Parts: sequence; structure tokens; C-alpha cells
Amino acid sequence: MLSAADMAAIWLTLKVASLATSILLLLGTPLAWWLARTEFRGKSICNALVALPLVLPPSVLGFYLLVLMGPNGAVGKLTTELGLGTLPFTFAGLVVASVLYSLPFVVQPLQTAFTAIGNAPLEAAATLRASPLDTFFTVVMPLSRSGFLTAAILGFTHTVGEFGVVLMVGGNIPERTRVVSVQIYNYVEASEYPQAHGLAGGLLVFSFLVLLLMYSTLKTNPVSPLK
Amino acid sequence: MTEIIAQFKLDYGAFSLDVDLRLPSSGITVLFGHSGSGKTTLLRCIAGLQHAPHGFLAINGTTWQDSDNKLFLPTHKRALGYVFQEANLFAHLTVLDNLCYGLTRIGQNAKTAQFEQVIELLGIAHLMARLPERLSGGERQRVAIARALVLNPDLLLMDEPLASLDAKRKQEILPFLTRLHGELNIPVLYVTHSQQEVAQLADYLVLLADGKVQAAGLLSETLSRIDLPQAQDRQAASVWQVTVIEHETAYHLTRVAFAGGELSLPAINAALGTALRIQIYARDVSITLEVSKATSILNVLPATISDIIDDEEGQSVVRLQVGSQTLLAHITRKSAQLLALQTGMMVYVQIKGTSILN
Repeated sequence: MLSAADMAAIWLTLKVASLATSILLLLGTPLAWWLARTEFRGKSICNALVALPLVLPPSVLGFYLLVLMGPNGAVGKLTTELGLGTLPFTFAGLVVASVLYSLPFVVQPLQTAFTAIGNAPLEAAATLRASPLDTFFTVVMPLSRSGFLTAAILGFTHTVGEFGVVLMVGGNIPERTRVVSVQIYNYVEASEYPQAHGLAGGLLVFSFLVLLLMYSTLKTNPVSPLK
Repeated sequence: MTEIIAQFKLDYGAFSLDVDLRLPSSGITVLFGHSGSGKTTLLRCIAGLQHAPHGFLAINGTTWQDSDNKLFLPTHKRALGYVFQEANLFAHLTVLDNLCYGLTRIGQNAKTAQFEQVIELLGIAHLMARLPERLSGGERQRVAIARALVLNPDLLLMDEPLASLDAKRKQEILPFLTRLHGELNIPVLYVTHSQQEVAQLADYLVLLADGKVQAAGLLSETLSRIDLPQAQDRQAASVWQVTVIEHETAYHLTRVAFAGGELSLPAINAALGTALRIQIYARDVSITLEVSKATSILNVLPATISDIIDDEEGQSVVRLQVGSQTLLAHITRKSAQLLALQTGMMVYVQIKGTSILN
């Protein structure tokens, strides 16, 4: 029932989402830790910046990214100088855009989990000879397990579900930037509803199952990305 | 070099800490004061959990902080144990793993005699496989104490370890602390605002108020400083070290000896020769000029008045020397005047009641 083009779109979507989620966990963890611990005055500004993709129309985010990463944008000039070419309409560009787009969905659950842990276990670990880094891996991470699970699942599913940013930054290039949501859009544009149904239904079931897994694993309510 | 030198200065605006202490590096030193007196802040500065901008701290010759030379050893590099007010166990680890957390980081494991001894001392052997959420408050605090002790630290810091427990749990843990005192040779700094814990545990007492040291010295010396508010408090008491010498079973009494005399106490179930700590409230001590045969009070001892002070509420605080022990008495100022009490006078003290602390 799924065409080769559909399979390619699904495969591409999974690749983008996995890569973006991995990068988000790597970058988002220290960022969330810093936001949870710092008493820096500009913290509100940082919090607002991280939350921005939650409220911004994806097309706005996509537009600015397109401009920034384009041949005349600051990032575009840098990547060109580094010999990487420009990022829009490439797989790499799509990943970068996804990372920014899904940032709050990863950072906020982590930040909430880190804040909830509080100072006490960290101080206990210090009095038991654990260095701060040691403490992070052996106390903070296990204690914020549900925060990490929530962050990973929300980051992944949210990236799978993106559309506006993809269309702006990635375009609609088969096997390179044509993800599932764009493929569905193509079908609808061409009035091929049965094919659209197949993919849309698949995405619906997939998202529901992942969220079901998350909620049943965590038992209690997972940390809300919206606080 | 066997002493603890602790000098700290910090200023938070509303609160400031300014202490310069030399403490013995054996036994239990109690830091006593009301909330806001700075006792917990002092303990946290010693642990390095709080960084006093001006400070010098050396434990038996090892310097942990010397701000003049820009030295500040982070907490995890200090050979200390810390027991928090809340047990603060790692919720994701079993009791055994909690106990081993620090051990593995100093390159040891649970298979040592010291480990066994601590587990036995605190009576937690049957809890090893449990997670902290499945422990009672008292059990949790015992595990927390064990977790600090198994590291065999140079210094054990305890921040009101009993404050979060109800009276029953307190009584469950206090005997462990007194045993710890007798069986392990680790100096302890113990923060509390409970006079009961002071009387029961302290060898050395530091009184803190408003971030400053009011008095510091051996328990008996500090408790008998009648110029301090403690001695004027209704709960003021003297603590004596005594030894069981005789059981008068017919009367349900036990005779105990102290340096310079003997006392009768309600019967105690303890072998002859057992060392005890007893507490005598100042309000339970009265003074007479001669021995009266016509009294129901058993404990009448010769004493010398070493100091008298009047408070503002018609009460006189009298410090007496009984043998080599110091005793506080609270009497009315009227009585003090009628008896014409003054420093150096020989009198008799009648002790109406005593309580045994361990």
C-alpha cells in the first residue's frame, strides 16, 4: 500500500528525527542543567528564547533560518567559508532546523526534572567524595530518568510531526528533504486522498502509541513541556 | 596539631558569621544555638558546602581552607562525613548501594571489619536490600549516619540529625549516637538546638548567637557559666559524670560516686563500675546553711559557692563547687538574701531530683 516514495519519506523522517533528538539531548542537557542551576540575571531571557519555538509560527522560524543559512546570511557565509556550502534544501539543514524547532520540547522537561532534584542529593554526593561530573552521571541522571525519557520522546515525536519549518528550509526534494508530513501535503495537493490516508493514519497511530508508551512507563504525569 | 582550627567570616547583610574556634579533635563537640544563630552555616562552611569568603580551616594539621592563600578544597576532596537534617539518601539506590557510594570513591568496599562494625552499631543489617522509600524516618537517619561513618572520616559533621524525627524515633537513635561516641574514634561536630541532646552527647560545647561564639569549652565549664543566658534558663542544668558503686535493692536505689562525693539515684539497671552521665536541673537544687536531719531529701552534699548572679525576675543563679564538680542552683533572690549567700561560703546543697542521660 505504501509506495517507494512513501517509504523513502518515512526513512528520511526517522533519520532526521533520530539525529535531531540525539543532538538535542547532547546540547539540551547542559543547557537545561545550566538553566536549572544558574542564578544569572539574564536567565529569563534565555528561558524565553528557548520557549520561543513553542509559540512562533513554524513558517516564521523557517523563514529566518532560511535567511540566516542562505548564501547572504551570517551562518550561510560561515558554512560556505568552511567549505560546507549552504544548508537550506539539504539534509543537514533540515536537521539543524529540527533541532531549533524541537529545542523547548527537550530542554523544558529536563530543566523541570533537574530543578525538582534540588540541591540536597548533590550536596550528599559531594560529602561522599563524588566530583560534580561524577555526581551528574551517578545521581542526577538516574534521578531525572523520567525527565530524559519525556525529553527524548517529545523531541522525537515533535520532530516527526514538523511541517512548516521543513517546507521553508528543506523544500520538497525527494529522498533529501521530503519527510512524511510533506509527502502527505503533496498527496492532498494532488487530491490523492487514499495515499494521504495511509500516511496520515500511520503517523496518527505512531504518535499515539509512542505517547501511550511514555505515559504508561512514567505512570505519573510526565513533566509537561509547557510547565 | 591534633585540633580543629575554624575561622570564618561571611556577611549576607541581614546575617553575618564571625567565628574563631579551636576545637578538640576527639569526642563530640556540640554547636548549640537558636535558629538563626549561624550553627548550620558554620557547619556548612566547615564542610565546604558554603564558601565563606574569609576563612581558615585546618583539621589535625590538614588545611581545608585558607583564603589568604587562595586555598579552598572542594567538599568532595575533604575527608569528612556529613549527616543532614533530612536523611538525604539517594532515592534510586538501595541501602547497600547508598552505603557503598562513598566507599567505592575512596577505593574501598563493603567487605571490611569497619563496615561490619558500623552496620552492627546502627542495627541496619536487615535493611540492605531496601530502597529508601521503604524505610521509616528513624531507619533512614540511621542509614544516613552509617553512610557517613563507613568512610571513616577525619571529621563527622552532623546537622540536627534528630530534628526531623518525632520523640519516639529520637529515643531510638540517641542510644546509637552515644554508642558511636564510645566505640568509634571519630571527632564529631554536632549541631542542635535541643538542650537534651547537648546534655546527653556533648563533651565540648560551643554556644552560638547571632553568628558569633558566646562561649566555648568543656561541657561542664560552659554549662556553669552563669553569666550566659543558658544558666538563667528554666531548663538550666549541670551534667555530671558518675560511676555506679552500689545497688540498694531494698530501697530501689543505686549509689553512684563522682569526683568528691556520692549520690543516691532511683535504681538503675547497670553493673557496678558503669560510667553514667546524669543531669541535675538547677531548679531541683536548694541550699541550706546546715545539715538538717529532718529532711526527706537523700542527697545533701557539702558545697562551696563560687559565684552568684541575680537575674531580672527575682531569681538568683548560684554556682557551687561540689567536690570537683560544678553545680548550678536556681533560688529566689529573697532566699539568697535571707541566707546572706556570698561567694566563698560553705553551704549544703539538697538535690531533689536527677535524671540519667545514658
